[in-house]
Amino acid sequence: MAVSGNVVRKKWEPWNDPQARPHVQLIGVSKRFGEFSAVDNISLDIFKGEFFSLLGPSGCGKTTLLRMLAGFEQPSEGQILLEGVDMAGVPPYRRPVNMMFQSYALFPHMSVESNIAFGLKQDKVPKAEIAQRVEEVIDLVQLSSFAKRKPHQLSGGQRQRVALARALIKKPKMLLLDEPLGALDKKLREQTQFELMNIQEKLGITFVIVTHDQEEAMTVSTRIAVMDQGRIVQVATPTEIYEYPNSRYVAGFIGDVNIIEGRVVEVGDSYLNITSQQAGCSIRARHAVDVPAGATVWIALRPEKLVISLEAPQDTSTNCMAGEVWDIGYLGKLSIYHIKLDSGVMVTVAQTNRTRDLERPITWEDRVYLTWTPDAGIVLGQ
Amino acid sequence: MDNRPQTREGIANTLSEAAYGFHNRLMMIPPYRWISAALAYSGISARALLILPPYLWLLLFFLAPFIIVFKISFAEYAISQPPYTALFELIDDVYLQIRLNLENYQLLFQDDLYWRAYLNSVKIAGISTFLALLVGYPLALAMVRAPRQWRLALLMLVILPFWTSFLIRVYAWIGILKKEGLLNLLLLNMGVIDQPLTILNTDIAVYIGIIYSYLPFMVLPLYASLEKMDESLLEAAADLGSRPVKAFWQITFPLSLPGVAAGCFLVFIPAIGEFVIPDLLGGSGTLMIGKTLWAEFFSNRDWPLSSAVAVVLLLLLIIPIVVFQKMQEKNRAL
Repeated sequence: MAVSGNVVRKKWEPWNDPQARPHVQLIGVSKRFGEFSAVDNISLDIFKGEFFSLLGPSGCGKTTLLRMLAGFEQPSEGQILLEGVDMAGVPPYRRPVNMMFQSYALFPHMSVESNIAFGLKQDKVPKAEIAQRVEEVIDLVQLSSFAKRKPHQLSGGQRQRVALARALIKKPKMLLLDEPLGALDKKLREQTQFELMNIQEKLGITFVIVTHDQEEAMTVSTRIAVMDQGRIVQVATPTEIYEYPNSRYVAGFIGDVNIIEGRVVEVGDSYLNITSQQAGCSIRARHAVDVPAGATVWIALRPEKLVISLEAPQDTSTNCMAGEVWDIGYLGKLSIYHIKLDSGVMVTVAQTNRTRDLERPITWEDRVYLTWTPDAGIVLGQ
Repeated sequence: MDNRPQTREGIANTLSEAAYGFHNRLMMIPPYRWISAALAYSGISARALLILPPYLWLLLFFLAPFIIVFKISFAEYAISQPPYTALFELIDDVYLQIRLNLENYQLLFQDDLYWRAYLNSVKIAGISTFLALLVGYPLALAMVRAPRQWRLALLMLVILPFWTSFLIRVYAWIGILKKEGLLNLLLLNMGVIDQPLTILNTDIAVYIGIIYSYLPFMVLPLYASLEKMDESLLEAAADLGSRPVKAFWQITFPLSLPGVAAGCFLVFIPAIGEFVIPDLLGGSGTLMIGKTLWAEFFSNRDWPLSSAVAVVLLLLLIIPIVVFQKMQEKNRAL
């Protein structure tokens, strides 16, 4: 899946390099609890230095997958290779992998310092070295003034840092993060996302993060694996996931989207012509899926890629939907319009509020026209 | 549609006003007025009123009897009804004579029977507490680690013995431990021993009896503190390189210390004053203060001396009780 244009700038994309050796390799991994398949035949390569996200709704198997990487669960089938070494039967305490738990799992009877030093003590590292490395990591997460405190004397954000420091101190080959920011409030979460990225870049450790927050995954990741019911639906960079989703599930899960049903009329070299009763017009879109003429397809239109106008464009027969303004949400930087199309389908449009005052603002029950370029619509097959 | 929210708000207002007004009017009606006025005047809060009954209960049925026992402990043995001399006597209608007899307490420290009995009680209670911990901890841990649907059943099994009388259960041990009892029969038939073991009427039988009887008091607090523990802590320990056995000593055990302390005190405190178990299972050589007290009171009918024994026993027990209380408070503060 190539991103068009942009060939000149050199990119770090080991997953597109056939020579690159993956850091972690999952080969046909399944995990069954009785009849239920939590993880179903997943194969995946993760490369050194990646910030890899497992994204999906709760119960999609992402945490089970992470726990298999940590060694808390054994795969029912398949293999997990870390730097080419099969991890089957290797207990968690022998894996060069550390995990940051969703609950943080800080030891309540130990100070911040002892919590962080715990991992090194298990390896019988000399005391002087432990002290020095603890200090380094405490500095890294900016907790120097809290070193002697107990976990219950810290705020949620501070606890999160202790958990991160504790998982980082052994310099693991891979850091697993289970919903690391789930317990923080929105503002702190956004700030911490960038801190996490900085730390990851500084240390060069492979991060694998589990999250159900698509914005978080988009912000931090080099690549995202979208999961559903134990399977991986798509693995791609955040841009590709957003702009080139491979299924209605992915398109709907990442960001907002309007999905319109249509039927292929004509298959061109680089475009498809589609008629849609729902849209009330014919749709021209970039040829991206292999479908014969006559097949039913779905066109995914992002709200921000639609242009809303009170005046009818010159050509109202192609890529132009007409409808009535049903609802308006003013969010400050942008406005959200809910448009009821003539076919009865509701469509969401987002428009940036570029100017402060409009001569004739769009209001309720206005008749409006929505247009978009052939590039903007994503054609999705079955 | 437009005035509906208004109406709803209005209803809510009227309701709260009505409730408030009703409460206020209620306070004006005589019995309530007197009570609330008296409360307000005396500065007693409703909360104080609520915790008053348990305090009254303790005062009536614990403190008052103790003061009586304390008083008797300073009297002298007399062949009369009741069998001790009076502490206060009015002489010539004007002199109040108080006769404090300290001989009972003196005797406790002079006659080595008593202080040996005290020491032995502490020793037996201490050792049985430790052994109960050794037996109870794995039990509690196994219960916590058992599948969730079993836990309730296992808890019930721990509590089940309480449904039979304590006395009968201790009595049953005689049948197990005596020379021709079940245990000896089993061991002889299995060929482990060829001479029956003498267990009944020894200190070992007393240990067995105490551990058996007080095990639930050890297991339940341990279970409660272990069950509270977050399982992910052990996973985190394993993840950071700690083997399961090491993780137990580094994480599980330190975190269960409040439960260990509670269990130990709950076994130790009643075990010190235990009377039934040493009497039924112990031998003539088993010295325990509970048994001595019984003999003093019912066999010798020396009420003053046995009262002194009881007072000293209580003082002895107050130390661990206070320590226990302090620890509980510290835990709650965490």
